[in-house]
Amino acid sequence: MSVNLDNWEAVIGLEIHVQLSTKSKLFSGASTDFGALPNTQACNIDLALPGVLPVLNEEVLKMAIKLGKALNAEINSPTSFARKNYFYPDSPKGYQISQMDKPIVETGYLDIETEEGKKRIGVTRAHLEEDAGKSLHDDFEGQSGIDLNRAGTPLLEIVSEPEINSPQEAVAYLKSIHSIIRYLDISDGNMAEGSMRCDANVSVRKKGEKDLGIRTETKNVNSFRFVEKAIQYEIERQIHEIESGNKITQETRLYDSQTNTTRPMRSKEFANDYRYFPEPDLLPINLDKSFIDEVMATMPEMPSEKKERFISEFGLSAYDAELLAADKDLADFFEDVNAVSKSPKLSANWIMGELSAELNNENLTIRESKVTSNKLGQLILRIEDGTISGKIAKEIFEKLWSSDNEVDEIIQSEGLEQVTDDKEIESMIDEVINSNPEQLEQYRSGKDRLFGFFVGQVMKASQGKANPKQVNDILRKKLEK
Amino acid sequence: MSLSDQELKEIAYLARINVKDESLSALKVELEEILKLFEELNEADTSEVDAMSHPLDLSQPVRKDEVTEKNEREELLKNAPSAKSGLFLVPKVIEGEG
Amino acid sequence: MELNKLSLSEIKIGLEKGDFTSTELTSHYLERIDKHDEQLNSFISVTSDHALEQAKAADQRYKNEDALPLDGIPIAHKDIFCTKGILTTCGSRMLSNFESPYSATVYEKLDKQGMVMLGKTNMDEFAMGSSNETSFFGKVKNPWNQDYVPGGSSGGSAACVSAELAPVATATDTGGSIRQPASLCGLTGIKPTYGRVSRYGMIAFASSLDQGGVIARSAEDAALVLEAMSGHDPKDSTSLNLDAPDLTANLNDSIKGMKIGLPKEFFDREIPSFVENSIEEAIAVYKDLGAEIVEVSLKNINLSLPVYYIIAPAECSANLSRYDGVRYGYRCEDPENIEDLFMRTREEGFGAEVKRRILIGTYALSAGYYDAYYLKAQKCRQLVANDFNEAFKNVDVILSPTTPGTSFKAGEKTNDPIEMYLQDIFTIPANLAGLPGLSIPCGEHNGLPLGMQLVGNSLEEAKLLQFAHSFQSNTNWHKKMPNI
Repeated sequence: MSVNLDNWEAVIGLEIHVQLSTKSKLFSGASTDFGALPNTQACNIDLALPGVLPVLNEEVLKMAIKLGKALNAEINSPTSFARKNYFYPDSPKGYQISQMDKPIVETGYLDIETEEGKKRIGVTRAHLEEDAGKSLHDDFEGQSGIDLNRAGTPLLEIVSEPEINSPQEAVAYLKSIHSIIRYLDISDGNMAEGSMRCDANVSVRKKGEKDLGIRTETKNVNSFRFVEKAIQYEIERQIHEIESGNKITQETRLYDSQTNTTRPMRSKEFANDYRYFPEPDLLPINLDKSFIDEVMATMPEMPSEKKERFISEFGLSAYDAELLAADKDLADFFEDVNAVSKSPKLSANWIMGELSAELNNENLTIRESKVTSNKLGQLILRIEDGTISGKIAKEIFEKLWSSDNEVDEIIQSEGLEQVTDDKEIESMIDEVINSNPEQLEQYRSGKDRLFGFFVGQVMKASQGKANPKQVNDILRKKLEK
Repeated sequence: MSLSDQELKEIAYLARINVKDESLSALKVELEEILKLFEELNEADTSEVDAMSHPLDLSQPVRKDEVTEKNEREELLKNAPSAKSGLFLVPKVIEGEG
Repeated sequence: MELNKLSLSEIKIGLEKGDFTSTELTSHYLERIDKHDEQLNSFISVTSDHALEQAKAADQRYKNEDALPLDGIPIAHKDIFCTKGILTTCGSRMLSNFESPYSATVYEKLDKQGMVMLGKTNMDEFAMGSSNETSFFGKVKNPWNQDYVPGGSSGGSAACVSAELAPVATATDTGGSIRQPASLCGLTGIKPTYGRVSRYGMIAFASSLDQGGVIARSAEDAALVLEAMSGHDPKDSTSLNLDAPDLTANLNDSIKGMKIGLPKEFFDREIPSFVENSIEEAIAVYKDLGAEIVEVSLKNINLSLPVYYIIAPAECSANLSRYDGVRYGYRCEDPENIEDLFMRTREEGFGAEVKRRILIGTYALSAGYYDAYYLKAQKCRQLVANDFNEAFKNVDVILSPTTPGTSFKAGEKTNDPIEMYLQDIFTIPANLAGLPGLSIPCGEHNGLPLGMQLVGNSLEEAKLLQFAHSFQSNTNWHKKMPNI
């Protein structure tokens, strides 16, 4: 399928389901832990036994308010719940308790970085609802097994305006939401485990057209990479269809990451009609100002604020600050390192250089780093105070990675302190000059770039421990003679 | 107020209640009688009235985020029409349906 | 001493004095059930062993002089209340095999007071009906005349109390399901203010209308049990955050100078003259007691029936979606696929009236009709509630007939849903407004009892019971019991 994208514009809206990291469920006191044995975390309320009633978990209100504030949105009060009616074996009540008319969060926005610079994406709403259980399809003699452990886990569904125009923007928006929920610590945001899920509404239109094209909804996209690919595929498919003279059908499609395609879900005999109506088992919720203020007082610094602070307080470049601030764990690690090293620039370089490389190598998260922030801080401190050279520091870093030793222990036991004694360095330089008369001749006759050769020889002679600046200074004087 | 067969079938499907073809017409008559009753509401002027979804004019109480339920799977599965390995069994669910 | 004639306070005194034990009393009632209920069919389950165990424990407490407030007093529970380890059917094939793994708050509260459960009473399926003819477990007969219906949906509770197979019973009321059968069986039935009694474990029909209550032989008995059932429950978000009211302290206070409102719209309707006569006689009794009679207007009251038959089915259409044959209850044989499982389980598991209401509710909520039906009904519901608010500025209680007549013959109205729905024309408004209402016997026609209804302002159950008790202290209608 090859299409010419140039004349077309994609219009994309994302619906992101975020599983909130509460201890108990939205309307019951059952645990929300991931990975328990089937149906061991499904109580009589989650099973929708006759006569049971929902009672709201206060924590979800706080989480939703924080998200609303981070998305520059309005908090609705009163906010209320509604029943969304549909039958499915993993939806025990035959309806989902969700929000319709009065979602807790409404009308916000998010700024994302694109190739053309900053772009503002509107957030239509974010509402609370319950997650469904799971249907397990393997090996029950042609039957499915229903596990309701996940049923009733709180979700926030964040709905964007159709203001995203490319798969790359979609990913940037999604990553930005991911960063925010991690910062707010309201979800672990783990897409592989389904604690963050994304549905993409995609349509295309000829450039310059005002009316929106017919859209499809693509479900089941469970990684950043797949979101990009699924949307890309869907854009190309739609353009191809239209250019072939076909019409787009408004439908729900599933993304298949194996084949990197989307396919329509089996359509029903009758259209779905969710018959929303106010949930009579729950009353409208008044969020009074004192409650909201209390929640606001616990708001952490957000990524954009942190980025600005990293620039103004630490003098980091915009690029470094952006990279560090995007991931709360990384930013925290950076601040911890810097608290010890008192050298922001070097701390940033080490984290994004050596440390990131090792983490990537071993596929670890920053939290799993084998070198603690304290040790990395110590290491950088020793570079700064001249105890060791940068080159030796890299060696020590390798040792820290693979052992439990302290920085100073390694320096001492292996005698890695930098040589800073002028006399000692002079004598090493003299030896190098004396044993390389040819190169000395050439240098003095104008071959300046041999200076590096001498530096290298001296460093080699000192086993890397000579202070490079001193070596440079003394060597230059001696060679000029 | 009259219902078409198609409408009635759609409603029955939304409610997931099988209605046999031979009972459609009798059911239709009964439902139409009830719908006729609803027409009495047309006379009421509700232009200045808020919808009342609840007899209580109170705010929703909340509970603390605490795990209060323990695993009662074996007890709860006793009522299951079909269960195996701690799961409720149903005819094969096709992924993405629903 | 005829144990089955004793009031609750007489039972309590007898138990305290040691005139008889709870085991004797319980056995006596169990024997009566055994003897008479095959005909009446007022119980779905008789829990003899459980009852005798509870009675034994109560007797021990009396011996130890640490008896609970209602210790050892037998009670029958409507089979809509979940009872742990005991069949809880809601009168439906759908739950004909359901042993609840937990108990309703109402059951637990009464259990904690020491009450002995005799069994679970028959009812219209999922509380939908006014004649107790829709139960999967068969019709219930009216003890006054077994060709007649006991009313519904709490028909089993009313029939068993009326036949003296239990001294008192729990019941529920969504549009009249306590008051109408109380009226048709010559009993006192009270539905409290919405939110007074926890709905946790009370199987839902229409969540914004359902309320638990009591059917008893007198206002005094009703007060004792209702007080014990009431109070805040953190498991029910719609439960009022108030302690249980004291319902007995003011029972004997005079109603002199208090005002009774007569809604003219009720009396504008065509009511049989024997109903009118009974109500007039009751009014005369109240006048003699010093009450003032005032005409009030509930001008939107005629909207109540259509409003109710939109809202109740709409809520029930969702409340009953959980019965899908997956996790508990009835499942159809050999389902071909998941859709077939849902469609046939619900076709076979529900009776005709329940299906009718689910379909009506589904229709009223569907996309094209939501505004015209559901939303409009909610607005009209507000109009009805507003009328009551206005009326209660001037009166203490509102008096009317409970039902348009005495009981009717079984089968008489089963083919005409609307005719059946009209049974609740006087009782529905209180549910829409969430107000407390009670029915007490006030007359008789052709050997069948007749009740009058008193509706009170929000939270004023005590005042309602005071009115009822002062009537009963001066009349004998409530003392008449059928011969079975």
